[in-house]
Amino acid sequence: MHELSIAMSIVDMAQEEAERRNVQVDAVHLELGALSGVVKEALLFSYTVACDGTLLEGSRLVVKDIPIEVFCPSCKLPRTLVSMQWFHCPDCGAATSEILHGKELVITALELRQ
Amino acid sequence: MINEPRLLEVRKNVLKQNDVLARALRGRFRTQGTFVVSLVSSPGAGKTALLERTLSQLHGQYRVAALVGDLATENDALRLARSGVPVKQITTGTVCHLEAAMVQRALEGWNVGPLDLLFIENVGNLVCPASYDLGEDLRLVMLSVTEGEDKPLKYPTIFNSADAAIITKCDLAAAVEFEEEAAMANIQAVRPGMPVFRVSARTGDGMEIYLRFLTRKLLREDGDAVNEDIPLAAIHLSASK
Repeated sequence: MHELSIAMSIVDMAQEEAERRNVQVDAVHLELGALSGVVKEALLFSYTVACDGTLLEGSRLVVKDIPIEVFCPSCKLPRTLVSMQWFHCPDCGAATSEILHGKELVITALELRQ
Repeated sequence: MINEPRLLEVRKNVLKQNDVLARALRGRFRTQGTFVVSLVSSPGAGKTALLERTLSQLHGQYRVAALVGDLATENDALRLARSGVPVKQITTGTVCHLEAAMVQRALEGWNVGPLDLLFIENVGNLVCPASYDLGEDLRLVMLSVTEGEDKPLKYPTIFNSADAAIITKCDLAAAVEFEEEAAMANIQAVRPGMPVFRVSARTGDGMEIYLRFLTRKLLREDGDAVNEDIPLAAIHLSASK
């Protein structure tokens, strides 16, 4: 369970950005890859806790799930995996371990208070 | 009129601090000629037993040392110290994984001299360590025969993040009716092409081939031309279906 420390990092980074730009934040937008090692539900819960007593208190965490995209060595194309238990091209079945997307843990935007 | 939410675009990697530190560590290890191997597994899979045997067998041929992560005790470090190589405990308190900053702090003031190989034993956990780069060159994930063949499918993220897998406690395989072929197929499903080794730290079976793999990796880091045809214990079973 490392989601709380990740949530605290998210809050720290968002707060720093909000202070620097002198804005109030309603929501933090996050890209979360299926291979990030972070559980979304645990992160959402931890986020509320991490926001307590900060400028972000009352804000939401908006998570965009990023599926695993691999490069298929046989099709020579990016392919989205159907299952993270099967690192093989969904089209031709070739094994692949070249990961293009799915490890994201990235703050992409701050939603500002109107 | 409905107001569109006003978005301020930023792009910040949440783990940037760890990643930057890990990169710096990796650079430093490389400059010093130290090859770094980390070990991850669930609690009780036999990381310490395997490491104890590994250190004993490499001691004398290579300059080796180990950092060992644990939540609360120093028992593992005391065990490993019996091998005669320098060992330092990283006690994480309540933290369930190692981070690059912990490795950096452990290295500060640790007077071990030049090293060929540094082992980092992570906290027993198949979830959280997957997210944290420690600056290692090689990540070994371990699976003991007593855990069940489907561990790779249950924890694909950590298996996918590893460079090689080791099946441990192989001396118990028959007693627990371990289905090796299923385990191999599951490993290859989540990380195609990953080398897999079978060892028993108790009897020493399989140690030689795994150590040969490690030392070849180490030599290649030093820039020597090394033959890549390592007779991988398990490749013939890889799920090439």
